[in-house]
Amino acid sequence: MAIVLYRVDDRLVHGQVVIGWGRPLGISRIVLVDDDVAGSDWEQELYRMAVPAEIELRFARVADVAAQGAAWAADPRPTILLTGDIATMAAVSHAMPVGRVNLGGLHHKPGRSERLPFIFLAEDDLRQLQQLEREGVEVTAQDLPTSSPVSLGALT
Amino acid sequence: MSDGSLHGVVVAHGELAAALVAETERISGQTGVLRSVSNTGCGPEQIEERVRGAVGPGPAVLFVDMPCGSCFFAAMRVGRERSDVRVVTGVNLPMLLDFVNQKALPPEESAGRAAGKGAEAIRKG
Repeated sequence: MAIVLYRVDDRLVHGQVVIGWGRPLGISRIVLVDDDVAGSDWEQELYRMAVPAEIELRFARVADVAAQGAAWAADPRPTILLTGDIATMAAVSHAMPVGRVNLGGLHHKPGRSERLPFIFLAEDDLRQLQQLEREGVEVTAQDLPTSSPVSLGALT
Repeated sequence: MSDGSLHGVVVAHGELAAALVAETERISGQTGVLRSVSNTGCGPEQIEERVRGAVGPGPAVLFVDMPCGSCFFAAMRVGRERSDVRVVTGVNLPMLLDFVNQKALPPEESAGRAAGKGAEAIRKG
């Protein structure tokens, strides 16, 4: 499978994604699944400015995943599929096969509590992630490939 | 900075912005022209709030460390809201040292000058 990382990160495209993971994984494409970004030319231009020319940045809506997910996975180019929230990644996993999800950055919001310095979760967030695991998706938190993955069970 | 004159906000990862502001003030003797914003512990909404709060009223130039990431996106979104705010990426000490002595310039011209001064300072030894 050419999608080498399925990542949830509320910062979307940033240094940890492009450099921290992108370099060691040798990625040449990022698929950003986000309805707001996919609906805004200005936001898309902003994110394009943040990605080196050798990496293709593709924008998609959640509704696009069912039709396009198989093609993304079949494309041989190493790819990171990125969402900004858990619900969007859950929707992705319902539209295409996802074996493992990386929680890379979910920051503080009202109702959330700190599980790791880079992961804050509300109880509802946790329930969504536990449901993902029940559906066969392994969920771990790991900001960078040089750090150790933390299982979902350790985040409860 | 509340008198409506041009001011600068350095937005960068970790402690970098505070260090750049402190060293600019130490070298130039000019205080009160620059403010610093760190992204430490921030999600996208929080960093944007920090930047918006630091900009305050009056014309400003936002100096960002990299042309990507949460600092950059927050600065660009705040800059989009304001006709008197401009963004420069790749912040370095030489551009800040020049900036603090050019407070009479309009933000557009100041940002262009800062980008030029910053680029001029990058040389191969």
